Amino acid sequence: MRGSRRGLLLIALEIAVPLAALAAWWVWSAGADSFYFPPLADILVTFADTWVFERVGSDVVPSLARLAAGFGIAVLAGVALGTALGLSETARRVAGPIVEFGRAVPPPALLPFGMLVLGVGDTMKIFVIAVVCVWPVLLNTVDGVRGVDPTMLDTARVYGITGTERLLRIVWPSALPQVFAGMRTSLSLALILMVISEMVASTEGIGYFVLESQRSFAIPEMWSGILLLGLLGYLLNAGLALVERRVLRWHRGARASALR
Amino acid sequence: MLDVSGLSKTYGEGERVTHAIAELSFSVAEGEFVCVVGPSGCGKTTLLRCMAGLLAPTSGRVTLRGHVVDGPPEQIGFVFQEYSRSLMPWLSLRDNIALPLRHKALGRDERNRLVEDAVESVGLTGFMDHYPWELSGGMQQRVAIARALAYQPEILLMDEPFASVDAQTRADLEDLVLRVRTAYGVTVVFVTHDIDEAVYLGDRVVVLTPPPTAVQEVLPVGLPEPRDQVETKELPEFAHLRAHIFRSIKRKQPDAPDLPTPT
Repeated sequence: MRGSRRGLLLIALEIAVPLAALAAWWVWSAGADSFYFPPLADILVTFADTWVFERVGSDVVPSLARLAAGFGIAVLAGVALGTALGLSETARRVAGPIVEFGRAVPPPALLPFGMLVLGVGDTMKIFVIAVVCVWPVLLNTVDGVRGVDPTMLDTARVYGITGTERLLRIVWPSALPQVFAGMRTSLSLALILMVISEMVASTEGIGYFVLESQRSFAIPEMWSGILLLGLLGYLLNAGLALVERRVLRWHRGARASALR
Repeated sequence: MLDVSGLSKTYGEGERVTHAIAELSFSVAEGEFVCVVGPSGCGKTTLLRCMAGLLAPTSGRVTLRGHVVDGPPEQIGFVFQEYSRSLMPWLSLRDNIALPLRHKALGRDERNRLVEDAVESVGLTGFMDHYPWELSGGMQQRVAIARALAYQPEILLMDEPFASVDAQTRADLEDLVLRVRTAYGVTVVFVTHDIDEAVYLGDRVVVLTPPPTAVQEVLPVGLPEPRDQVETKELPEFAHLRAHIFRSIKRKQPDAPDLPTPT
């Protein structure tokens, strides 16, 4: 009984605190009379005018499409390469230096190269997002594949479970919690790279809109773009967390029972 | 049927070499229940892994019906000590038990029947769609036994399968193993460090020495069948056998170092 009351209180606080922050911003900005911090009321009106649904087709959809494409390619490539490296000691040793180098390159440093080779279109942006997002997925997949319980692998051997069957039924499911951890990191990177690539070279997209608004001193518009990006990031993470909860239901259950 | 001859296993080399098994020979007859018992750390698990083809012996060999075992043979089922790590937590009971059957040339009906029979014989009907982690430790080990039975092995190798369950569950599982052994007509090699368990279950008990491991002696048990947790264990023969094995292991044990006197 105490536990459930505490739970309700926490949920109430979880909702109340962001609302309180918004209210504080509202009150403060209403009286601030600052060019850089327009009243929140103005920002919200601009937000409604701009994003519901005026610029959804022209900016939001292209941005999200590039993010999805880059992230999708990164996950597929990361899991494929990560599995190969995880399964083969030789491949790990040979590819080790390249992997360490690749993950160490600061992501925005790839932009000039991307623009040079692929131009300023969608391909360049998708390429940059994919190249940056591949590393967390790849490294986590390697760890996950290497970390399969030896008793499970013995079980597979004893019962003649080999090849594709072993990969699909034992290795991948076992590595999946780690793969998801990598995907969470990659998704945040994807959003960052989406914005940066649009600020550097673009004629549409949310990142482009934020920068253009700033350059033309349309400060409420700029703020509305920032708010939208925060909102999108929140929703994307929540979406991935939801998928993870469903796919890894067994993982939470097994962990909870191990602590019992 | 299953012969271990001149088997030895060493780990490492040069200065740091450890002789896990010095030299070991014994054989298991068709339909027999053989218990292997020995002091802890005497390489029981190593021996069983060699017999299952999971580990290559350093010298000597294991033969199954005259064929040298150089990889896990299809006629062998294995029950691991760590049930929680040998069952797949992402699969339901049904899928866990059916997993080894996927690559066998069986029809769908045949496969379902094997799974259902095995589940019934370990008394878990009604838990088919549960996940292993929703069950108690004893029930999980029963799932592992059902998985081995559904695989239709001729030989069942069991590696200290009941070492991590409580005493009551353990007695139930011992009787379960005796029942399914008869029902499935399977040959069993059962490794344990528990002398009572070895005598209670086995037709013969192979007693191992401390490392470097060899066979100390092989004892026929000859207690009346069917065994019963109460009646069998109060027979004088049962007491004699367990005392004999206990002394036999104790005698070979290196002297315990003097304990420091408490101050």
